[in-house]
Amino acid sequence: MMSDQNNPVGTHAKRSLKIENLVKEYVPGKPILNGISFEVKGTSSVAIIGASGTGKSTLIRCVNKLIPPTSGNVYVSGENITKLTGKELRRARRKIGMVFQEFNLVERLSVMENVLCGRLGYVAPWRAWMRKYQTEDIDLAFELLESIGLVDFAHQRADSLSGGQRQRVGIARAIMQEPHVLLADEPTSSLDPKTSVEIMELLLGLSESHSLPLLINIHDVELAKRYTGRVIGLANGGIVYDGSPAGLSNENLKEIYGGASWLE
Amino acid sequence: MSEIIATHKWERFTFRERMARFAVFLGFAIALSLSISTVEVIPEFLYDAPTQAADLLVRMWPMDFAYYPQGIHEAMLETLHIASLGTLLAIVMAVPVGIMAANNIVHFSPLNWLAKLILVSSRSVNSLVWALLFVAIFGPGPLAGTVCIGFRSVGFVGKLFAEALEETNPGPVEALTAAGAPWFSVFLKGYWPQVAPAFWGIFLFRWDINVRESAVIGLVGAGGIGMVLDTALNLFYWDRVSVILLSIFAVVILAELLVTYIRKRII
Repeated sequence: MMSDQNNPVGTHAKRSLKIENLVKEYVPGKPILNGISFEVKGTSSVAIIGASGTGKSTLIRCVNKLIPPTSGNVYVSGENITKLTGKELRRARRKIGMVFQEFNLVERLSVMENVLCGRLGYVAPWRAWMRKYQTEDIDLAFELLESIGLVDFAHQRADSLSGGQRQRVGIARAIMQEPHVLLADEPTSSLDPKTSVEIMELLLGLSESHSLPLLINIHDVELAKRYTGRVIGLANGGIVYDGSPAGLSNENLKEIYGGASWLE
Repeated sequence: MSEIIATHKWERFTFRERMARFAVFLGFAIALSLSISTVEVIPEFLYDAPTQAADLLVRMWPMDFAYYPQGIHEAMLETLHIASLGTLLAIVMAVPVGIMAANNIVHFSPLNWLAKLILVSSRSVNSLVWALLFVAIFGPGPLAGTVCIGFRSVGFVGKLFAEALEETNPGPVEALTAAGAPWFSVFLKGYWPQVAPAFWGIFLFRWDINVRESAVIGLVGAGGIGMVLDTALNLFYWDRVSVILLSIFAVVILAELLVTYIRKRII
């Protein structure tokens, strides 16, 4: 479906996200993330769980340097992105697709234009201005819209869609980048339970079909257990659990979220 | 529980607040009486005013409609050209200054302040004063008027544009930044679609104001209908003055109607 298919399998094998000793301090001396290290490879999906305010969003934004980390390294397919700035950083960000809790679509633009926005890292600004996107990009956008079932909505404005449809557009936009990793920041928190399940299935399916490592911040522990292959629990700035969803015990959950009464 | 608990005491203002409010009122009263004494109303002239006004109205009637095609029509068109070109000039200058003033786009406060300084100085000078300045530079005529309108409008358009930019939702901008888009593309696809309705609204509103302003600045020689009005006033052609005032009124109403119609269509 995408140009990656022509690539030898070897390049896919290199697709990975590696976080090494990541520290983030908003206030000097008070780290919100303290020495986070883990690696995600291949098509594996990882859920990050933790109480509100533990730095899940900060962690995911440190990966593409929307928030610059205080120290530590982030490697995307082997490239250290923490030292990059300017044009090099923009090039590196193209390799990192991101899906947001509030979808972050440009409301007044059409669905099609929102999907094409995923190519802005590749397209010269004057082309974007004149809306002269490459034919391949437009074909790819239509293919993606077809696959997420929204091709009939291509010319509608994004603000006319429902929450679930908007999130699908947000995901299509991220895939348009032809990324090496996919980040999702609470992708289902603004959605109803049924739509949440559909969005999780879509994310997992795309991770599979595009050989993308997937990193999801998620509130819903049950959803995380059901769909992801690995769970990382954050508490007090560090990783307190890193393992299979099945191995996640009530003891672990107590440590991650604190208290016990809510588990009964 | 035989003893009654003290009943609640409630007052809208504390003693200090009451005194402060009284001081403000007192200040207003003093300022008012001071201004009245400065104005120096001459009673004879005041009593005479109704007679003078009636006299004026009589002299204005019948209106000299024949003068419209001779002297007013072209000046009126010139006024509209001054207003439109001046507004365009203002837009060209206001977009970069407005972007520079928006602190969510330019994260460098000295630049924000510089932009705000430019916008405030544009607004702090009245359009008649701008007109006098540019008449001195370019000589009397529509060029001075156009530049005057442009410089006077930059502050207005730039300030409102900057405010619209600052109120945009940061979400889409974050998403486009995360996709690796260069600055201009982020502005184009992240900010611009969000501020476009406000921008065109400001543009039309300012054009509407400028049609009225450019009718006045001719009084100091900056071209347009104002110059014709000035001449008629100086020569006591009151029947012409009334036609000029009527045509300004008609044009302002038409501009208002047009702007309202377009705004409804684009927003």
